[in-house]
Amino acid sequence: MSDKKPISSVNDFVVRFANVNGSGSASANEMFARAILRHGVPVSPRNIFPSNIQGLPTWYEVRVTEAGHLGARGGVDMMVAMNPQTWDKDVAGIEPGGYLFYDSTKPMPSTKFRDDITVIGVPLTAITNSTYTDPRQRQLFKNIIYLGSLSALLDMDPKLIEQLIGEQYKGKEKLLSSNVHALHLGRDWALQNLKCPIGLRVKKSDKVGDRIFIEGNSAAALGAVYGGATVCAWYPITPSSSVAEAFTAHCKKYRHDPETGKAKYAIVQGEDELASIGIVIGASWNGARAFTATSGPGISLMTEFIGLSYFAEIPAVIMNIQRAGPSTGMPTRTQQCDIIACAYASHGDTKHVLLFPEDPAEAFEFAAAAFDLAERLQTTIFLMLDLDIGMNHRLCRPLKWDDARQYDRGKIMTAEMLEEGRDFGRYLDVDGDGIPYRTYPGTHPTKGSYFTRGTSRDRYARYSEEGTVYADNMQRLVRKFETAQDLVPRPLQANAERPTKYGVIYFGSTSPAMDEAIGLLEARGHQLDRLRIRAFPFHSSVASFLAEHDFVYVVEQNRDSQLRQLIVNENGIDPVRLVPIVHYDGTPITARFIAKAIGDHQDHLKVTPLRKAVS
Amino acid sequence: MPALVAGIHAFLLSGQDVDGRDKPGHDEAGTTGARMTYIAKPKFHHPGLKKNELGYTHRDYEGKISTLCAGCGHDSITASIIEACYELSIEPHLVAKISGIGCSSKTPDYFLGNSHGFNSVHGRMPSVLTGANLANRDLIYLGVSGDGDSASIGFGQFAHSIRRGVNMTYIVENNGVYGLTKGQFSATADRGSKSKKGVTNTDNPIDLVAIALQLGATFVARSFSGDKTQLVPLIAAAIGHKGASFIDVISPCIAFNNHAGSTKSFDYVREHNDAVNRLDVLVGRDPIAVDYAPGTVQVVEQHDGSRIALRKIDADYDPHDRLGAMTFLQKHAAKGQIVTGLLYVDPDAEDMHEHLNTVETPLNSLEADSLCPGSAVLDKFNASLR
Repeated sequence: MSDKKPISSVNDFVVRFANVNGSGSASANEMFARAILRHGVPVSPRNIFPSNIQGLPTWYEVRVTEAGHLGARGGVDMMVAMNPQTWDKDVAGIEPGGYLFYDSTKPMPSTKFRDDITVIGVPLTAITNSTYTDPRQRQLFKNIIYLGSLSALLDMDPKLIEQLIGEQYKGKEKLLSSNVHALHLGRDWALQNLKCPIGLRVKKSDKVGDRIFIEGNSAAALGAVYGGATVCAWYPITPSSSVAEAFTAHCKKYRHDPETGKAKYAIVQGEDELASIGIVIGASWNGARAFTATSGPGISLMTEFIGLSYFAEIPAVIMNIQRAGPSTGMPTRTQQCDIIACAYASHGDTKHVLLFPEDPAEAFEFAAAAFDLAERLQTTIFLMLDLDIGMNHRLCRPLKWDDARQYDRGKIMTAEMLEEGRDFGRYLDVDGDGIPYRTYPGTHPTKGSYFTRGTSRDRYARYSEEGTVYADNMQRLVRKFETAQDLVPRPLQANAERPTKYGVIYFGSTSPAMDEAIGLLEARGHQLDRLRIRAFPFHSSVASFLAEHDFVYVVEQNRDSQLRQLIVNENGIDPVRLVPIVHYDGTPITARFIAKAIGDHQDHLKVTPLRKAVS
Repeated sequence: MPALVAGIHAFLLSGQDVDGRDKPGHDEAGTTGARMTYIAKPKFHHPGLKKNELGYTHRDYEGKISTLCAGCGHDSITASIIEACYELSIEPHLVAKISGIGCSSKTPDYFLGNSHGFNSVHGRMPSVLTGANLANRDLIYLGVSGDGDSASIGFGQFAHSIRRGVNMTYIVENNGVYGLTKGQFSATADRGSKSKKGVTNTDNPIDLVAIALQLGATFVARSFSGDKTQLVPLIAAAIGHKGASFIDVISPCIAFNNHAGSTKSFDYVREHNDAVNRLDVLVGRDPIAVDYAPGTVQVVEQHDGSRIALRKIDADYDPHDRLGAMTFLQKHAAKGQIVTGLLYVDPDAEDMHEHLNTVETPLNSLEADSLCPGSAVLDKFNASLR
């Protein structure tokens, strides 16, 4: 029936599960991804889900990649089509020569299939219904049954899956054995009735190493625990809610006094984002390390307070798990679309520090560092994640912590310093770095108190509407922002093998796709130097990189090329030399997309000499 | 002929003369010439001034000179706060004063000059105070707000800080108008009351006391800025209360809401004030003075060891009956009366920290040794993710 040779590939293919939201498929699908990891083969899974709790379509995509390409690939080699609603689109999306796995209990007309793919039917509903009577059990175990069938078709070691089930249901013997039973129901049916394995196979390897498999939101939340955050105020919003939920879970485990059982943290679910950032600013003003996690619409609501944090110089950490905007936009789809909104958030002249982690490991490190930076710089620090990093499990290097590390609490004037007669001016630039000293409330009975306000004031925090006094303060804030350049994580540069006048700048979750794209571009004969920006304000090496290249591509996941705008604006360079490469349909950017966009542009740049063209 | 060229005007800073100070110290100067943008108070005072238990005089509880209109009700509230803190012998620097935006929110600069103050964002005092309180449970938190700040833009934050039981004294200086923007009605203005320009308010008023009771505030009072003998002990008792204390103080706006037809004018409030009780705050263990008629005094023990002696005016009023208080308020409001006094108190209240089970040590004093789980824990965590 197939007029195209079935795809044959070991440890390099994409499986996509099409499910109905709320059907309990998520844990079986995740177990599939983990099982492949246990084979020593890297995977990169992605949730593609609607803004819905039950009923709408949801997909889970697993890229199996021995080569370790963790970006989305694009295309589907095997579709596990469990959702009749999306059947036609799902079948159409399979690569020629690919495989379709479906529930064959109810016969389907032949028009519902394609000639150029291999169709694999397993009567999942029939198997489930003959084994279970409870409707919820039928639904849940059906997922484990297809996992069992897949294990046979893809030549996976069932022992490794059993091990995972054992870990998940440790201490719940009944659940454990019934899951293992369901796994084998599916596996045995496939082995007895189908040709196993198919062309796609998982073979044991050793490419995972000591890497861990974690969601960026959980890693960022743990970074906040390690970074000494004691106050978290938040308001639920996808895709950021799991930051606060993970912070709660980590704190329950690691932050209770062993003797009294009391909490060394406080988590408040605010009534809205305004209250959340207000609580963060109140707590930080009073000397605690505090943060909130939100997404685009929350940032919009917080902007008045962000201006206060900038002008009154109060530390704050905001984790922005970006999603597609504007307005409610596509709340469950990924983008890097709040760069401008965060860099210049609030009214008046403001600028803010942004950190751009590329994966969960950096999310952990940057989250912890954000609290040092916030207290050192006495201003808001944005940790810019996105849905792709935040809500997907990503394989990354293990999290590390140096036990000798102390928190940098910044410039704090203590009671002892005040007693010594040190001159305290809340907005006095004593060190020339634009950063003044602050006192915590309650420090000293007669010295060091001051009145915090968002209104203009002099160096000694006294109300003033004098133009020169206001401008003096605004100039100092510029100096402080210049100081920040050397405190934030520096860009990382990787040069092509041969010298080239072309460069590419990228950041955040684009990282794995970009790394992979470089290989694809090299294969097309294009050499590019790479610069991964990790923070704003930009370090001087960004300007150097721009100076060293004729054309620099700026790859990002938003429509308006926001990072490019920021680079042009802050470096005052000719925009023509920065070529925007943008991907903004809400799906994660792929290496294929980047390589095509840059490759086509590069081909275009190679102008054929006139003489050669006419001859 | 030279063409007109758009100019880029550089504003050059002299870099001098921007300290705003003539002498070291933050409290003394800044009043010279045209640059005067605030008024400091002279330091000298009468040597015979009375001192409290800590040896402080009234002057030690004062702040800068008020820049509000002469005769503003808010200045009387400022004086009452100073008096209450003096009477309680509070260390001024152990108080954090937090406000929103508006005339009322300016006042924390005019009392407790040795305390840290925070004039934050319009309507957002409650969240800033909540955060501050989470960071350090050992300080006393005084939230000052107005009717615009708390009943309109900040109505949500007012409600939620009360719900959470934040340990604070939340004072609304309620004048029924927006003073700083020149006299627009606020949400506490009574229906049918007239603005200075002669406009009649057609919207229903928000009674913050009724809302605070409904939301579970554990200390609720109303008073009048023109009645310091009632107000000072109420503020003192509220400070001694552990939990969310709310005081609505009717405070006439001399500039925009003190005319005939206003229901927040000095004359109107004096005529319609219906006090249910008077109280004295007793610090220490001294026996209660017995010059009250039997059955007319109720003593309430507070968490901080102080006691409140409530002298009943309305014999049937029970300040421990939340539902009764709500009904009483509604009935009297319908008659156009303004009920004042200590309206409700729960002496056994819990605060937000108890709900959250936080450690006794202020969170802002914990360091890496106590907050960071360390590398060994992280190694285990990593191992669980493979």
